[in-house]
Amino acid sequence: MTAAPAVSIKNLKIALPKGAERPYAVDGISIDLIPGEIVCVVGESGSGKSMCAHALMGLLPDTVSTETGEIAFNGGNLLKLDEDGWRDVRGRHIAMVFQEPMTALNPLMRIGDQMMEMFEAHNLLTPKERRAKALGLAREVGLPDPERIVRAYPHQLSGGQRQRAMIAMALALEPAVLVADEPTTALDVTTQAQILKLIRDLQRRRNMAVMFITHDFGVVADIADRVVVLRYGKVVEEGTAAEVLTRPQHDYTKALLAAVPSMHPPVRAPLEGREKAVEVIGLDKTYVTSGGWFKPDRSVRAANEVSFDILQGETLGLVGESGSGKSSVARLVMQLIKPDRGTVRLGDSDLTKLTGRALRIERHRIQMIFQDPFASLNPRRKVGNIISDGPIAHGTDAKVAMQRARELLGLVGLDAGAMERYPHEFSGGQRQRIGIARALALDPEIIVADEAVSALDVSVQAQVLALLEDLKARLGLSMLFITHDLRVAAQICDRIAVMQRGVIVELKPTAQLFASPEHPYTRELLAAVPGQSAPPQAA
Amino acid sequence: MKAFWKSMLRHPGGVIGLVILFITIFIAIFGPTIFPTSPWRMVQRPFLPPFTNPAVLLGTDALGRDVFAGIIYGARVSLLVGMVSTLVALIVGVPLGATAGYFGGRVDDALMRFTEFFQTIPSFPLAIVLVAILQPSIYSIVASIGIVSWPPVARLVRAEVLSLRTREYVQAAIVTGQSNSWIIWREILPNALSPVIVLASLMVATAILLESSLSFLGLGDPNMISWGYMVGAGRTVIRQAWWITVFPGVAILLAVLAMNLVGEGLNDALNPRLAKGSR
Repeated sequence: MTAAPAVSIKNLKIALPKGAERPYAVDGISIDLIPGEIVCVVGESGSGKSMCAHALMGLLPDTVSTETGEIAFNGGNLLKLDEDGWRDVRGRHIAMVFQEPMTALNPLMRIGDQMMEMFEAHNLLTPKERRAKALGLAREVGLPDPERIVRAYPHQLSGGQRQRAMIAMALALEPAVLVADEPTTALDVTTQAQILKLIRDLQRRRNMAVMFITHDFGVVADIADRVVVLRYGKVVEEGTAAEVLTRPQHDYTKALLAAVPSMHPPVRAPLEGREKAVEVIGLDKTYVTSGGWFKPDRSVRAANEVSFDILQGETLGLVGESGSGKSSVARLVMQLIKPDRGTVRLGDSDLTKLTGRALRIERHRIQMIFQDPFASLNPRRKVGNIISDGPIAHGTDAKVAMQRARELLGLVGLDAGAMERYPHEFSGGQRQRIGIARALALDPEIIVADEAVSALDVSVQAQVLALLEDLKARLGLSMLFITHDLRVAAQICDRIAVMQRGVIVELKPTAQLFASPEHPYTRELLAAVPGQSAPPQAA
Repeated sequence: MKAFWKSMLRHPGGVIGLVILFITIFIAIFGPTIFPTSPWRMVQRPFLPPFTNPAVLLGTDALGRDVFAGIIYGARVSLLVGMVSTLVALIVGVPLGATAGYFGGRVDDALMRFTEFFQTIPSFPLAIVLVAILQPSIYSIVASIGIVSWPPVARLVRAEVLSLRTREYVQAAIVTGQSNSWIIWREILPNALSPVIVLASLMVATAILLESSLSFLGLGDPNMISWGYMVGAGRTVIRQAWWITVFPGVAILLAVLAMNLVGEGLNDALNPRLAKGSR
């Protein structure tokens, strides 16, 4: 703590446009970034953490204005800079890594050229030297086969490789400060672990000051030296990682930490001797993309001989990384896509054999909760209609269905006034509750939840999970719970199936899976879950 | 809705377009009652230049008929044909595009090949042929303009539906057992409406032009005066009597310009994100 800060944000106030939910996006924040230290800025969505990062890069949107404050860097104030001044600072002195590696790279430019652009923009080096530098950077961030990869286009790289390329670009001009805005959020756990390690290593080697924005306390525990907790644009707590994670002072920090699901699965009531609610036998699905005239067709096996069953009242978890086929399995079970082979049996009826009207009638027995609370509700229909549409389609009288919708809203913890409002008036957590009410409106036997809590903040996530557990117990539902988050799976599932490349590689009771994973992939997944080295307080 | 009008009114072109449009609609509806002289009646000597006789402000044509009366009565035909034929095009194009986009596969292939069949024939000659076969009348003109202008609607709706049908709320509707027609009608189409409205407003302008062109060629409804007919009738004497063609021409220009401005304003108001980038 003795070194002088590379950048210090002093009493920064950023005003939101009139009519926003609060007057200031960032309200009097002061943060020092010291060389050789990683500061994690943690907060839930809307806490102003990204606004801080963008202010540091001079990338604030036109709609907001900095009211007071100072960003002191190299004896000057960054907030006083004009566009030319900013251009000089960006990349050379302060660099940024963005959240979405898919969209942060130019899809029409080779990776190496994009790295060389960094030097070009600042008029440094000759083209030949730039090329050599790009190659060196690719090597430094651990991209495999650097000579080949600098000539590749972004779409030829995996998500993790793209993020490495982004980091290489950020490091190109050896900046004193690196701003990383949720750089691992879009990545799988195993990739996330590698990227975190890379950032840590590079920061040590180059003695950079790093500002790391995240919402994930697991990541904080793995990477942070110092932690700043934000809420509604204000700093609620600040301290070393050890202090904040083990002895949080502020109630909000405590609540946030308590909301992080633990890796230790709770003891669950045994379910032996119950009837099977769903039987899935040998589901196969291959997606074929036509390659056109000159290329062979490309095929991806999304599901390969997938078999499992769910007992009545049981929650079966389906975990895996992106591309493992878990969402495809959910859609196959729901009959949203037809399998190439295999059977989905609900009690005595075989869903895969039904079509048209017969299938529509049976559908009420199995309902789905979707991932994205913003995309899963029709923006042009009132909440009451969204919930009652299903029962009305099944022949319930409209008045009865509306009354039932009102009750369901109460059941999921919303008041009946929500009936007449449109989805955009609700927060993410509330929307997810509406989605749950919609699924329950048809009195299903089975609920398929596809990443139902992944898009939510931890505290909201905990509430929605509790709600799901409670409803499941009260209504005697079975559940297929699809997630990439092993912590969540540990808390809610009776058994867990691990999927890799369309195949279930391991299927076991939760406690057993966490205690003695057999398949190497399961072990790898478990080891990659962030925040295990310094586990936050158990809830 | 309030926000929509706000952003619409912030667009100066859109406001001008709306004003011209409302004036035209007003003239089309009330013009004949306020100005009861029939446009077919000979009221003065032929080739009376404009602004010489206050009773016949815009002069007279080759038969001594009042040009001003022709413009007032012609507004009816132009607007009527423009709007009704657009409606016809929407009635054909929207369900066709929605069906193709929603069901995909063979249905899509069949319907789109059918659409392309119409698209490959140049629209104006096809309209001429249709009107000539069906005998010129207001109905045949509306029908033929509708028939030549639905393919773009079908294509646009199909593209919108293709992207909307993969949304989670549509999947949720499928999962809750709602019927296909309900899903298309209640879940998908309302969300695909804004680009269709914009396209429709521009189609009204095109239809007005098409009608004028047909009338210019003498394929207009013989019982109804229209701007295109007036331009066509005055064409032979344009060197001696410019006003017979110029004033109806200006009327066509203003009506089409108004519809285009309204369309542009609608586009900005309904796609606020695009609008911010462009200005």
